[in-house]
Amino acid sequence: MTVMTLIDAIRIAMDEEMARDPRVFITGEDVGLRGGVFRATQSLLEKYGATRVIDSPLAELSIVAVGIGAALAELRPICEIQFADFIHPAFNQIVNEAARFYYRSNGQWRVPLTIRAPYGGGVAGGLYHSQSVEAFFAHVPGLKVVIPSTPYDAKGLLKSAVRDPNPVLFFEPKKGYRAIKGEVPDGDYTVPLGEARLARAGRDLTVIAYGMMAHYSEKAAEIVATENGIDAEVIDLRTLLPLDKAAILTSVKKTGKVLIVYEDNLTMGFGAEVAAIIADEAFEHLDAPIKRLAAPDVPGVPYAHAMQEFYMPNPQSIAAAIRDLAEY
Amino acid sequence: MPTQVIMPQLGESVVEGTVSRWLKQVGDRVEAYEPLLEVSTDKVDTEIPSPADGIILSILIGEGETVERGTVIALIGSADEEITIPMNGTPASAPPETAPAIAHAPALGNGAAYTGHVTPVVARMAAEHRLDLALISGSGRDGRITKKDVEAYLEATPAANPVSAVDPWDQPIEGADLFKPTVDYSASVVAPTHAVPIASVPIVKRADAPIAAGAHADEAGELIKLSPMRRAIAEHMVRSKLQTSPHVTTVFEVDLSAVMAHRAAHKAEFAKQGVHLTLTAYFVAATVTALKTVPMLNAEWRTDGIFIHHEQRIGVAVALDEGLIVPVIKHAGDLNLSGMARAVNDLASRARAKALKPDEVSGGTFTITNHGVSGSLFATPIINQPQVGILGVGVVEKRVKVITDAGGNDMLAIRPCLYVSLTFDHRVVDGAAGDQFLATVKDMLEGWQA
Repeated sequence: MTVMTLIDAIRIAMDEEMARDPRVFITGEDVGLRGGVFRATQSLLEKYGATRVIDSPLAELSIVAVGIGAALAELRPICEIQFADFIHPAFNQIVNEAARFYYRSNGQWRVPLTIRAPYGGGVAGGLYHSQSVEAFFAHVPGLKVVIPSTPYDAKGLLKSAVRDPNPVLFFEPKKGYRAIKGEVPDGDYTVPLGEARLARAGRDLTVIAYGMMAHYSEKAAEIVATENGIDAEVIDLRTLLPLDKAAILTSVKKTGKVLIVYEDNLTMGFGAEVAAIIADEAFEHLDAPIKRLAAPDVPGVPYAHAMQEFYMPNPQSIAAAIRDLAEY
Repeated sequence: MPTQVIMPQLGESVVEGTVSRWLKQVGDRVEAYEPLLEVSTDKVDTEIPSPADGIILSILIGEGETVERGTVIALIGSADEEITIPMNGTPASAPPETAPAIAHAPALGNGAAYTGHVTPVVARMAAEHRLDLALISGSGRDGRITKKDVEAYLEATPAANPVSAVDPWDQPIEGADLFKPTVDYSASVVAPTHAVPIASVPIVKRADAPIAAGAHADEAGELIKLSPMRRAIAEHMVRSKLQTSPHVTTVFEVDLSAVMAHRAAHKAEFAKQGVHLTLTAYFVAATVTALKTVPMLNAEWRTDGIFIHHEQRIGVAVALDEGLIVPVIKHAGDLNLSGMARAVNDLASRARAKALKPDEVSGGTFTITNHGVSGSLFATPIINQPQVGILGVGVVEKRVKVITDAGGNDMLAIRPCLYVSLTFDHRVVDGAAGDQFLATVKDMLEGWQA
């Protein structure tokens, strides 16, 4: 057991998977010589050589397309998109090709592809280095969408993603790369895709979140527990697609009140789907309206520091929303 | 302004009453203090006099309906008076104590009831448990009734909670991994998971739930509606024996020859004073003596200790057609046999006439039940909470006994005998104290002196 950062856990997961399976290789912008802009692939080039850690051109469409082709040829590519904001040129490859190959070929072809991308705001990245893109892809059957919030989950989930026979989008909360630390077991283990994590058990209400917001929601739950005596349950979804509905519904039936937190824009964000499922399948257990706390519907995460702080949900604003819901 | 007729509080702990009969109808003239209606509670039936002269303008609560104390049940005024019936949950501008209920609207719980929208979970729980939401006070914003309020209410009123099960999140699961249910509870109702030790899951039999009329339409039989008294008895019995005190019963046999002789000798004398000398008077007198000897039985269990009553107030159970009532002989410790017999006569006859006052059926510190009147040899009665003990008196019958004369010779004799049983709360006293109590009763009765 070692205490490490989120980014360390991600690098170790890839290192161990490459050592375990010679079919695993990495491609993306600056993943080789530079070791990745966030150092996610540091020293992997030296360890595994230029045939398994491949610097790509500045062309996300081709990074993913190369990955799809390699996956169809039974390799296990890990494609890194340097920032999730740059994934849009590859949207057609991901949605029209990767997601649909298995279905289109009646199960004859599969795409065991992992696409890693740092996402999310709060790092003074402005419009092009702060986006949350998970909702676009969680809309598409055939894809899996995974977002860890702890180093333990990051390592275990990334290993599961690499071993999964289908395309997995692995979005990493970059604000937490070095801010979130936690214990990680040495050696091999996996965390199954499609299962939520009960980050904190509580009785008064349920907070559902993922990524950086799951981390913040845990902090907010501690704040309201100390300051207000509110016992909030926190569910870290970990996988958005497929979604662990049972965990959500069990918690909602327990508490009757739900706050969904995400840092994407409010409208049509992933939390909207969670809210719809709860309204549909747990209506008779609700003791308050289903509440969402998300970023305002503006075209991008602002660059100005004060504006960025206003835009992003944080432990204090989550705590305020919890208090409001608890009072209902 | 019409005069309001209010459901009175009929006894200390009585919180509601049932309108059993209206003696006047709408439009009838009524004089102040003239009997207006009959009300029954779980303890007593009583007539309610009219609070004013006038015409019955409106009857708000029909016969058979049960409402809380303080509820306006009728309006009396002059014939030309305009009737306005204020709504339940009147805004703060109206003083709450004069805010009357409308017909069919249940009475207020603690102050103003929440009359707005209820959340889906509250609506569902109310339906499942057949709850009257007006009885539940809300702690949510603007007085909204929350799920927790309903849960608290159900906990406080077990009778309102016929169905219960262990929620999945309350079920222990092996290991530290509590978050991941092994069963999709969204799809089914609770089935304890395999990991749950059987003994840790309280088993609630559905049969405990009241069966709604018509639930088994094809069954031959009849459904007897629960009277307030029957319902109260049922609640008290379940609470006493299953939820409150561990019951233990001990039985002694008593030779009643001395009492029989005394009674035969003094019956006529008592009769001249208008007192019917019953055996019950002797039993009450012996009980008082025994309670003075073993005061732990004249007590009650409280969370902070055992409270010993200094006064002996003896309840005597009287069987009625529809149930049981327990009038209480106050200051029993101060009464002689004559006073005891007089009190027993008076309470028993008024109990049968349903003419007891509310405070005459409460406040007892010990109870006697004479089940022998229906031929029973001995019984294990249920303690009348919050008391500690109850004495059961069996039937008196002639038995062949072995007695020993002064010279030490054994011989057979025919003696009037009975069994007395003491059921006591084993939290408060142990077997020895219970036996000491019965031994005192036995000694007192067998050695009765004038």
